[in-house]
Amino acid sequence: MRYPKMKWQAPIVGAAVLALASTAMAADVELSFYYPVAVGGPITKIIDGYAADFEKENPSIKVKAIYAGTYQDTLVKALTAFKSGEPPDIAVLLSTDMFTLIDEDAVMPFDGLLKSEADKSWAKGFYPAFMENSQTGGKTWGIPFQRSTIVMYWNKDAFKAAGLNPDKAPDTWDELVTDGRKLTKRDGNNVSQWGVQIPSTGFPYWLFQGITTANKVRLMNQAGTETYFDKPAVIEALQYWVDLSRKEKIHPPGVVEWGTTPKDFFERKTAIMWTTTGNLTNVKANAPFPFGVAMLPAHTGRGSPTGGGNFYFFKKMSAEKSAAALKFVKWMTTPERAADWGIKTGYVAVRPDAWETPVMKKYVADFPPAAVARDQLKYSVAELSTHENQRVTKALNDGLQAALNGTKTPEQAMKDAQQEAARILRSYNK
Amino acid sequence: MSVARDISRGSDGEAGQPLSPSPAAGVARFISPRRGRPRRWATHINGWLLLLPAAIMLAVFTHYPTVATIIDSFFSTPKGARPAVFVGLDNYQAMIEDPIFWRALNNNIIYALATIPLTIALSMTMAVVVNGKIQGRAFMRLSFFTPTVLPMIAVANIWLFFYSPGYGLIDQVLGLFGVPAHNWLGNEHTALGCLIVVAIWKDAGFFMIFYLAALQQMSPALGEAAALEGASRWYFFRRVTFPLLMPTTLFVLINAIINSFRLIDHVVVMTRGGPNNTTALLLFYIYEIGFKFWDTAFAATLTVVLLALLAILALGQFVFLDRRIHYQ
Amino acid sequence: MNPLYQPGRLSAALETAGAWCLAVLWILPLAYALWASIHPSAYSAHFVVDAPVTAENFVKAWNAAPFSRYFLNTFLLVTMILAAQLVLCTLAAYAFARFEFYGRELAFILVLLQLMIMPDVLIVENYRTMTALGIVDTIPAIGLPYMASAFGIFLLRQTFKTVPRELDEAARVEGANPLQVLLKLYVPLAKPVYIAYGLVSVSYHWNNFLWPLIVTNSVNTRPLTVGLQIFASSDQGIDWSVITAATLMTSAPLLIAFLLFQRQFVQSFMRAGIR
Repeated sequence: MRYPKMKWQAPIVGAAVLALASTAMAADVELSFYYPVAVGGPITKIIDGYAADFEKENPSIKVKAIYAGTYQDTLVKALTAFKSGEPPDIAVLLSTDMFTLIDEDAVMPFDGLLKSEADKSWAKGFYPAFMENSQTGGKTWGIPFQRSTIVMYWNKDAFKAAGLNPDKAPDTWDELVTDGRKLTKRDGNNVSQWGVQIPSTGFPYWLFQGITTANKVRLMNQAGTETYFDKPAVIEALQYWVDLSRKEKIHPPGVVEWGTTPKDFFERKTAIMWTTTGNLTNVKANAPFPFGVAMLPAHTGRGSPTGGGNFYFFKKMSAEKSAAALKFVKWMTTPERAADWGIKTGYVAVRPDAWETPVMKKYVADFPPAAVARDQLKYSVAELSTHENQRVTKALNDGLQAALNGTKTPEQAMKDAQQEAARILRSYNK
Repeated sequence: MSVARDISRGSDGEAGQPLSPSPAAGVARFISPRRGRPRRWATHINGWLLLLPAAIMLAVFTHYPTVATIIDSFFSTPKGARPAVFVGLDNYQAMIEDPIFWRALNNNIIYALATIPLTIALSMTMAVVVNGKIQGRAFMRLSFFTPTVLPMIAVANIWLFFYSPGYGLIDQVLGLFGVPAHNWLGNEHTALGCLIVVAIWKDAGFFMIFYLAALQQMSPALGEAAALEGASRWYFFRRVTFPLLMPTTLFVLINAIINSFRLIDHVVVMTRGGPNNTTALLLFYIYEIGFKFWDTAFAATLTVVLLALLAILALGQFVFLDRRIHYQ
Repeated sequence: MNPLYQPGRLSAALETAGAWCLAVLWILPLAYALWASIHPSAYSAHFVVDAPVTAENFVKAWNAAPFSRYFLNTFLLVTMILAAQLVLCTLAAYAFARFEFYGRELAFILVLLQLMIMPDVLIVENYRTMTALGIVDTIPAIGLPYMASAFGIFLLRQTFKTVPRELDEAARVEGANPLQVLLKLYVPLAKPVYIAYGLVSVSYHWNNFLWPLIVTNSVNTRPLTVGLQIFASSDQGIDWSVITAATLMTSAPLLIAFLLFQRQFVQSFMRAGIR
């Protein structure tokens, strides 16, 4: 094979290109960012849009936003990547994964990065309800991003047809039952419309907290080392949920799928549904009837667990990268952007000052349901979060599903779950 | 396909590879034959050289992991900065005490016992039907085989849609007959059954093809002879066709057994092991433990059980069934 | 089967009806999925004959996730695996078929082990190996555990054994070395088996899910199955029309190839069938 003779210019040009390239590479910081999508809508497009806008304003930082599936999937991916030595730089993961990530020694607290006064006041500007799952041991491990609470959506047409006031949702446990009885439509053996539907796949414990909080009982301690699944108030709450389907027959039997609940609502299979406020924009776009949004019904107490994801920074980031990452996170949670994200999805804008921006004020004026979740924040509690979170929540989830299916009584289910959780957390209680 | 018999048959009578006497010839130098006594050691070297690439891959990705799994099951899981510690039989103890493990094992056995015979019976039936002179054979063959070409993930998503309570296809069709809507995948009693149906739907067509091949190789003379003697169709099938299909059945059986332990895609898509672990299959549980809870030592312990199960089944087949196969 | 076994008219009719029922039942899920994907969301659960036909579901699905990249990844993956398998398994099968070397029986049993103990059940350890090799989240990492296929070795060994020795010896006498004999004699004779095996391998690896799920983290390496599952994950509000569209889109290549080359597909599967 014959090679053309190398001209003398070639090496010089080559060296120049190399020099330029290396300086360009040195200036560019690349951040990898894993994020999940848990609600309907063109979320990946929105996130990609944000990343592009951020890059425009910060030309020396490149953000690689990687969609990783559900919260579960994203956690698995992030930890997998971390364990194989190539962690992402930033990830949006469940606020409740905090203990797991700390135990795996995978994430770093934000406090060390907050140098200026501006930074510190920025970090203090989030709703305290959201910070409950983001701080432990005096340090801040997560910055709220896509946070939510459970809300109750109701079909106004169905209410009217059942002879109920379409503008008033049931506000107590008893009201839910009486309204549900009127709303449940049967033809023969078949139920064409259920009164209420509370999903129980994926993370039934979260929906369950919507009931336990109304019964004024907490499921775990702040340090994440103890659980209280077998407290009488908890068992009572589970009994209420089980009774909705087994005794009152106003709720579908068995375990109800989370992902199809909004569609069930649109298809009028249920008149009331409990789901995340993050589905608000999805419901607004797709519901073929007028609907309302309300806080969860109260009993001895009122409220909902918070939910959703925080930004986490993974360890092993260089100082340069972590500075860039902090910039990105701050940019993503400015009041304007938090407002924009909240409007586009239905997640609760995570800072009080976001709700004061003109665009958000107008949105709420036009569409009051958007503020329900925010108003519920003052009654909101931390989501269930402990060490070995995945295992502990699995124990609770299994118990809830067993009770809903009738294979265990609520008391037995919760006792078994508590026993399992205590066993798992034993080594953390030394 | 008697593997055991094959091995015992031993020497093929190959006289060996004649080669010039220079061991330093290097890895890939094969020299043309010379007249004279063949050098047997050359055969050995060449044989191993040819086998080497595959052997290395197999060793690294099958044999080594198998051994490593067994070893790992005797250690604890390394976490964060803590390294793995020898714990003897602790993991096995924990496994025996774990009700979910027994659930998963039980589920998998039921799942296997349900899918395997049904799939084989169905595929045999399909093959017999498609082999005959029935109208629309080509369409039928297409219809039976198509599910095989689809990924299980796709199949599972489609069936997830069908099982949706109320407006899913199944409830709609059943609704026409007045059967009330049912929460198929959310009910502890029906969830596993639903997965079984999906698995059968996917695999029956695949096995049908192998039976078809075997049927088409059967001599028509057999059928004629039997008809002349006044045998009924069912008798002919039971006493002639079925035994002759045994080699194919063995092959299909191996595949079906492997699939019933290996294929858990539909669990991941449709039920994620729920409700309350009624659809947790062994490999799915291993995946959960290993990649969701990161308890790698426990996952290794569970894998050992799975390996043992597969090994017993393999042995069982080769020893037991091999004897009963009739070869033409 | 036997033409003498003509069943009575009623039996024949019943049997035909039964067979037709089964066939229709079998294709129903796919047909319904197709129906749902070409009609708007509102009709996905309602079977109305004159519903408007639309391609928007496919457009939505295509835009919602980088399917073109996923297609590329899958294509690279199956090609790489197949190429490696053909080479490795041919060499190994040739060794087993025609060479008597020390430890052949033992080696063969060890190879057969992989028939039962597939890489899929060794996910935890193999993942650790990939981490140690530093190739997690690369396309080769997905393919490596499968490249030495016991099934392939077994199949080719059977086939090579059926080649008459006379041909082999004749070639040797003419001065060919073993590799040349392999390439010029055995491989061409085994072509149908190669085609069959190729089809089996491609469809198996195109559709493989669990191992790729574990080993890949990023868009650049994910194959279609993993991409589809992430896309369809039910944490989102499920829109069946879009999901069935995405599902069909990812199965389309194999499905179309199958429909076009039905005959060859079926015949080669049959040829590969163990008699």
